[in-house]
Amino acid sequence: MSNLDLQRQIDSEYRWGFVTDIEQEPFPQGLDESVIRRISAQKGEPAFMLEWRLKAYQHWLTLHEPTWATVHHPPIDYQKIYFYAAPKMGNRPKSLAEVDPQLLATYEKLGIPLQEREALAGVAVDAVFDSVSVATTFKDKLETLGIVFCSFSEAVREHPELVRQYLGSVVPYTDNFFASLNSAVFSDGSFVYVPKGVNCPMELSTYFRINASNSGQFERTLIIADEGASVSYLEGCTAPRRDENQLHAAVVELIALKDARIKYSTVQNWYPGDAEGRGGIYNFVTKRGECRGDNAHISWTQVETGSAITWKYPSCILRGDNSVGEFYSVALTNHHQQADTGSKMIHIGRNTHSTIVSKGISAGHASNAYRGLVKVLAGADNARNHTRCDSLLMGPDCAAHTFPYIEVKNPSARVEHEASTSKIGEDQLFYLRSRGLSEEDAVNLIVNGFCKEVFKELPMEFAVEAQKLLAVSLEGAVG
Amino acid sequence: MLQIRNLHVAIGGKPILKGIDLTIHPGEVHAIMGPNGSGKSTLAQVLAGRDGYDITAGSVQYLERDLLPLTPEERARAGIFLAFQYPLEIPGVANVQLLRTALNGQRRSRGEAEMDAIDFLDYVKDKLALLGMDDSFLYRSVNEGFSGGEKKRNEILQMAVLEPRLAILDETDSGLDIDALHLVADGVNSLRRPQRAIILVTHYQRLLNFIVPHQVHVLAGGRIVRSGGRELALELEAKGYAWLSEEISDAADFMETYL
Repeated sequence: MSNLDLQRQIDSEYRWGFVTDIEQEPFPQGLDESVIRRISAQKGEPAFMLEWRLKAYQHWLTLHEPTWATVHHPPIDYQKIYFYAAPKMGNRPKSLAEVDPQLLATYEKLGIPLQEREALAGVAVDAVFDSVSVATTFKDKLETLGIVFCSFSEAVREHPELVRQYLGSVVPYTDNFFASLNSAVFSDGSFVYVPKGVNCPMELSTYFRINASNSGQFERTLIIADEGASVSYLEGCTAPRRDENQLHAAVVELIALKDARIKYSTVQNWYPGDAEGRGGIYNFVTKRGECRGDNAHISWTQVETGSAITWKYPSCILRGDNSVGEFYSVALTNHHQQADTGSKMIHIGRNTHSTIVSKGISAGHASNAYRGLVKVLAGADNARNHTRCDSLLMGPDCAAHTFPYIEVKNPSARVEHEASTSKIGEDQLFYLRSRGLSEEDAVNLIVNGFCKEVFKELPMEFAVEAQKLLAVSLEGAVG
Repeated sequence: MLQIRNLHVAIGGKPILKGIDLTIHPGEVHAIMGPNGSGKSTLAQVLAGRDGYDITAGSVQYLERDLLPLTPEERARAGIFLAFQYPLEIPGVANVQLLRTALNGQRRSRGEAEMDAIDFLDYVKDKLALLGMDDSFLYRSVNEGFSGGEKKRNEILQMAVLEPRLAILDETDSGLDIDALHLVADGVNSLRRPQRAIILVTHYQRLLNFIVPHQVHVLAGGRIVRSGGRELALELEAKGYAWLSEEISDAADFMETYL
């Protein structure tokens, strides 16, 4: 790499690293049954919900943190975490006008002014500030179509029958260590139900933000598309900078019934820690969708640029015949960030198809692993999978790994796996610079080209945002 | 426009260019010929500002300024264009995107207004027509899956779009069949202008049948050993590079370079 100093990576400051000074309702540190009862009581939950949480907690106590991922971190002391933090503002606001102006200012800084979005972008935003959903917009419009879009807490109170029927039906509370923990203590999140035959006319969106120091954020999201329904959902995440590591263990469940379609897009830029690897979010997330009926379609798209550690495998269970699962991912790691991410496609029904496109970009001292499972069960005649994993390396000290697992129990299956690893080369950079592009523009152009297949899956405005995010994350990446 | 004086260049301590002197005026076309390893491509890369070369002596003046301290992008914005011998592939980046990004970057640096997508499309389509190229070129990823001839034509398209003052074509003829050579040469000829200078770096005389140069220089052993008119190229073709060896005083130098 001769004179190129590919080391000068992401020296840009984390732009979203401000802290909002809002009085927190105190809650004890650590976790025991009484904390769970208190969370449940505070939210006014019905008995079934508390029982479920307690069962999850009892199960969690029997589990150990998984160690198979290629990530390294000091042990997490679960008794040091505040499992619940709610901004103090009495009863839930009825409209934006009632929302604490400082909270709204926080969203302004994040570039997601609710009112503006409401007015201009046609995006209904369910904003989760720490653990309580602050404002839900567009709710009324959606209600006329019979679409339920609200905070999870509200869904538990207002639509307990739906929650009871579907909660844990894709990710049971016994699923894994972090999913169990989430099931016990989840604080809030989003809930979407789209009734039969309804196409949700706008993108639904949640912005998550971790604010309180030392507080874990445990959202729970449940999206149900009933027969013939369709919905596109976008989740964005930001967290302020802090020296200590914060735990984020979310669970997302998607259920697509017969002929239904769910598209779930994530732009994740949690605080990644500083250049030396201090601080940053531990993002240990379980995301899974089930195509429960025939011809159902679930598509995951993720752009992951943040978090100190990402541990996340958005997956699809293809139960219905002819159902389709897709996973499109860009994961960028820099400095000392670690990502172990990928997808699982479980083919159960006949003629089920899945696609995995994973683009990993690794710079600095970062480590980026793709881990994926394609499983074709005995009854899944004519199952098809195509997997493509591409890694792009910047500089000599980063790493990329690929761990594809393939299990096929039906001889008619066709499973394809393609992988490539490339470097941003001095030749490519010189070529572009000799056309007048600055080095940074050249890097951005190459990186955007590399990610194009994934970006085109994002809704337009978020594709633009994702491109900007990559540009920011790579500022000063090459010198 | 361009004055190269006593230019010495080494790579990793090994001298490649050993005192190049060359003066080029606006509107002129100069051919630089020479055997493999003579330093032709090094000269082209050094003029475009590539890293990894040590300038051990000499100077290069371009439009009354010192060229050597400038970065590649500064040189490009000042009107220098290098058509690569081996154009690079940029997967996922549409040709039109690179062309517009490059042109607007250069316009911005000159204080000119950027061209919007619609105006740019009109602009670039004229250039395509000039070079007999299809619109589909615009939407393919830069050089990805292009044939050798398409890559070379794509370089000329970039040149047409960027409208450089000084274009350096590094072995643009290599690997082209006769039809492709015609297309490329016609393209280059259509871009000849009174204010634009062109340096053709080539191994073969053949290209010069189509793009007639004002001057021909023969580079061997890191030096220009002969300069002359077009007839020099024809003489070279007839006799081969070896006949020049008799005229080089420093025979050892010459042997080291291409034997």
